[in-house]
Amino acid sequence: MAVITIDKVSRWFGNVVAVNDVTMTIGPGITGLLGPNGAGKSTLIHMMSGFLAPSAGAVTLDGARIWRNQEVYREIGLVPEKESMYDYLTGWEFVLANAELHGLADPGAAAERALALVEMGYAQDRHTGTYSKGMKQRVKMASALVHDPSVLLLDEPFNGMDPRQRLHLMELLRRFGADGRTVLFSSHILEEVEQLARHIEVVVAGRHAASGDFREIRRLMTDRPHRYLVRSSDDRQLASALIADGSTAGIEFDASEKALRIQAVDFQGFTTLLPRVARAAGIRLYTVSPADESLESVFSYLVSS
Amino acid sequence: MNTTVARLTARGLFGRRRVLILLAVPVLLLVVSVLARSSGLDELDLAHRVLGTLALGTLVPITGLIVGTGVIATEIEDGSIVYLLAKPLPRWKIVTTKLVVAVGSTWLLSAVPLYVAGLLLYGTGDRVVLGYTVGALASGAAYSALFLLLGVLTRHAVIAGLAYALIWESLIGSYVEGAQTLSVQQWGLSLAEAIAADGTVIAPVGLGTALWLLVIVGVGATAYASVKLSGLTLSGEE
Repeated sequence: MAVITIDKVSRWFGNVVAVNDVTMTIGPGITGLLGPNGAGKSTLIHMMSGFLAPSAGAVTLDGARIWRNQEVYREIGLVPEKESMYDYLTGWEFVLANAELHGLADPGAAAERALALVEMGYAQDRHTGTYSKGMKQRVKMASALVHDPSVLLLDEPFNGMDPRQRLHLMELLRRFGADGRTVLFSSHILEEVEQLARHIEVVVAGRHAASGDFREIRRLMTDRPHRYLVRSSDDRQLASALIADGSTAGIEFDASEKALRIQAVDFQGFTTLLPRVARAAGIRLYTVSPADESLESVFSYLVSS
Repeated sequence: MNTTVARLTARGLFGRRRVLILLAVPVLLLVVSVLARSSGLDELDLAHRVLGTLALGTLVPITGLIVGTGVIATEIEDGSIVYLLAKPLPRWKIVTTKLVVAVGSTWLLSAVPLYVAGLLLYGTGDRVVLGYTVGALASGAAYSALFLLLGVLTRHAVIAGLAYALIWESLIGSYVEGAQTLSVQQWGLSLAEAIAADGTVIAPVGLGTALWLLVIVGVGATAYASVKLSGLTLSGEE
């Protein structure tokens, strides 16, 4: 059992607090670290992988401090976000070098196994500088897996991947999670995380915003009040017809935009109500646009709840 | 020593365009020596100018700078050092291996050509060429250690190293006598003086001082680089 414990951890850079009093435990299985860009995901992963010291608190692997403790790398495999990886080596040479650096008994066999696992054997004799983004990501995976680690940390592994490569990597990570390894990956895309991770940790602006089963978090996200901007052939009549229904919490007539700003309580209810009401009243809808669907607003709602 | 680290380092050093600049140094030195030999000037004076001022004073520090920073700063800059550091390898082993590669390359690219150029210019007489060569070996090793440390300490290692070599050693060192005591080049020259026949090579810094400072700088820079490397921090998205 490999468990990473983050205990009351803060990290600041000068006056900027990147991670603020976060406590979480990452155990076996797949965990998704979700948050908007700049939320502190990378900072957390850098601390979990021993490349950043916490300013306060402790980050440990099975009780052993990670910072300045190179022995933890026998257990940890890291897939960094950056792409640079000794461009002058071939994929084979790169993974083999990683196996040798781990001091494995049979580095050749380990490199072969790791490359086969990510299905990169066919391109192993090409220089890594010629690889596509997805291929680089897979070879980076192979280098992280070459010593058969019990913990795998991946920083934004799906960035820049095409859908096919994405599915392949997801499949691979699922297999590792099912093997009982501790897999943690970061992402700023909810759909990506919920496809893969049962357990999700959400960070927003350096703070730990939510933790738990993805269904729970998904419910929190869809149940929040939604705001819409609506333009129609008769805004005032539409407003009066809508406010009678329980799924609408408030309506404001925005004179400068010449539109209605509607706050819906129930996402499902409102989206079926609006066209029904409009048709019954003989009103034409010109614009229906969600006003706050940005990820940041979803996250800030999570923080406030 | 770790052979994998050594192999990766050497390939990184010689596998890039940097190698052309590095090879230009010995070629330049040999061309100058051949031209100087046919100039008919005083041979000892020529040896001082070419081996002392040009080679020991300029080419050895420049080679040490390119090689010393090249063995580690490039990897830190582009982030690929992560693959070396995310391993159960003692940090001092990574640093000493890279230092061995750096020292070997600096010797090969500057001290060996200096010896050959010296033979062309002056022959083996008065142990002048031997002295300069030993001086270049010692200062080349010290430069490598010093500039490797700079590569770990700062993202502007090449500029900081150039400032040291050009402004401190060449400019200030040639006017202010005290500055010469803290100049790697002068320590090398002290060794040259000690080896060459009496009165042929003059060095302002005493041999004892030079030897001590060479050892302190070499060992100190390597130890400090190891400590700094084990606390290397990745820059985040923030």
